[in-house]
Amino acid sequence: MKSKIVLFFTILACFLLQCTLLHVISIGSITPNLMLVLCVSMGLMRGRKCGMWTGFFSGLLIDLFYGSLFGFYALIYMYCGFFSGYACRIYYDNDIKVPLALTAVADVLYNLAVYALQFLLRGRLGLGTYLQRIILPEVFYTVFITLLVYRVFYYINYHFMNATRKESESIWVLK
Amino acid sequence: MKNLKKKFHFRINLKSRHLLAIMTMFCVSTIAATFASGISTAPLKDAAGMVIVPFETSINQIGSWLTDVRESFREKQVLIAENENLKAEIDNLTTQNNKLLQDQTELERLKQLYNLDEEYSDYPKIAARIISKDPGNWYDNFTINRGSEDGIRVDNNVIAGKGLVGIVTAVGPHWATVRSIIDDSSNVSAMTVGTSDNCVVTGNLELIDEGKLSFQQLYDQEDKVTIGERLVTSNISEKYLEGLFIGYVSDIELETNNLTKAGTVVTPVDFQHLKDVFVITVNKQDAAYQSSSTETEGEGNEE
Repeated sequence: MKSKIVLFFTILACFLLQCTLLHVISIGSITPNLMLVLCVSMGLMRGRKCGMWTGFFSGLLIDLFYGSLFGFYALIYMYCGFFSGYACRIYYDNDIKVPLALTAVADVLYNLAVYALQFLLRGRLGLGTYLQRIILPEVFYTVFITLLVYRVFYYINYHFMNATRKESESIWVLK
Repeated sequence: MKNLKKKFHFRINLKSRHLLAIMTMFCVSTIAATFASGISTAPLKDAAGMVIVPFETSINQIGSWLTDVRESFREKQVLIAENENLKAEIDNLTTQNNKLLQDQTELERLKQLYNLDEEYSDYPKIAARIISKDPGNWYDNFTINRGSEDGIRVDNNVIAGKGLVGIVTAVGPHWATVRSIIDDSSNVSAMTVGTSDNCVVTGNLELIDEGKLSFQQLYDQEDKVTIGERLVTSNISEKYLEGLFIGYVSDIELETNNLTKAGTVVTPVDFQHLKDVFVITVNKQDAAYQSSSTETEGEGNEE
């Protein structure tokens, strides 16, 4: 219960920062995707289910305020959280390199999904421009932000939330 | 014990996948519901707004307080120089203003002659401040700190000092979300000032960096529309009030159909640093209704 409340407030805080403060530090009108970093970190540290719920609720918040299709961002963020949850079994979460790589991959996939489902379907074909103008800058900036905030999420996870039963999900311990 | 563990493991595994499937179904169905049948999520938005918007407002207030503090540390010399400049400008403006006042009376007279009731400056407006922006980089929506209790409704037009900014898409008691005209999914029916030809101005993400929008379907057989032509919202637009300034044509060429023209428009509004906007609290429908009623009144007076 405690971890759920902490998670809820972390999501809320990230959403608020994403909508206000991160626009102030945006470079060339590109803002890093803090919500995605949160989903990926939670997935990595606490497993698929937690990643999934984090993604679902952060996406839902975006949908409520800025989405044109209700449930669209919830779906994408949910899958990002879920699939980064697979890394929970394989990697240790105290190594910064893993979340960096995961965020990069998740951000590319997230942006490609937004492009394919909302821009390509309206006949905007210039993927190259979008790739150069939005996707790649956002990926780099988001990876950079991960470098700074992953430690914060890590601290929140181990100091304010209940320990996850990583052993129970691990493939090596059980087999 | 081993069996039990295995069972436990199996159960969790199954559950998270099933959960994913269920949640996917849920999301897809809400997407389908909002897309196909237009089910409104307004109550949910209201509820979320009640929680989120106070925080956003206070963060924004802290932000503006910090800017104020920074401003107050500016050097005295700079301020003195600025003050002198401003004084000179006041003199300038006073003379200009006198001239304008004279023009104004003339304009009033001419307006009465032409029976032009509707004028850009006559619309009731309220000032609002942007408190948060779209979290992603693909779209350009923002939230302002005024809502239905200040008289804002959905489809209200939003302008900044120099031109059209966007349209209100959702509204709560103390907040409203605005889709700006540079947003990739925005379409505005526009017309040229000189020739009154209609066209459609659409936001285009590929042109945003240059501060431009694109326009299509301009029917201009006689090549009268040139670079620098002013575009305003058109009289046939359903949601935008007539005559709001959109921008200058910066580039024009024939479309592939050889009938209509397309090109780009430069907007005078600095969307990157937009902080304060004005919301016009009448909708196009009300304005149409009002003008028709005043017209009949005018006729009555004449009789």
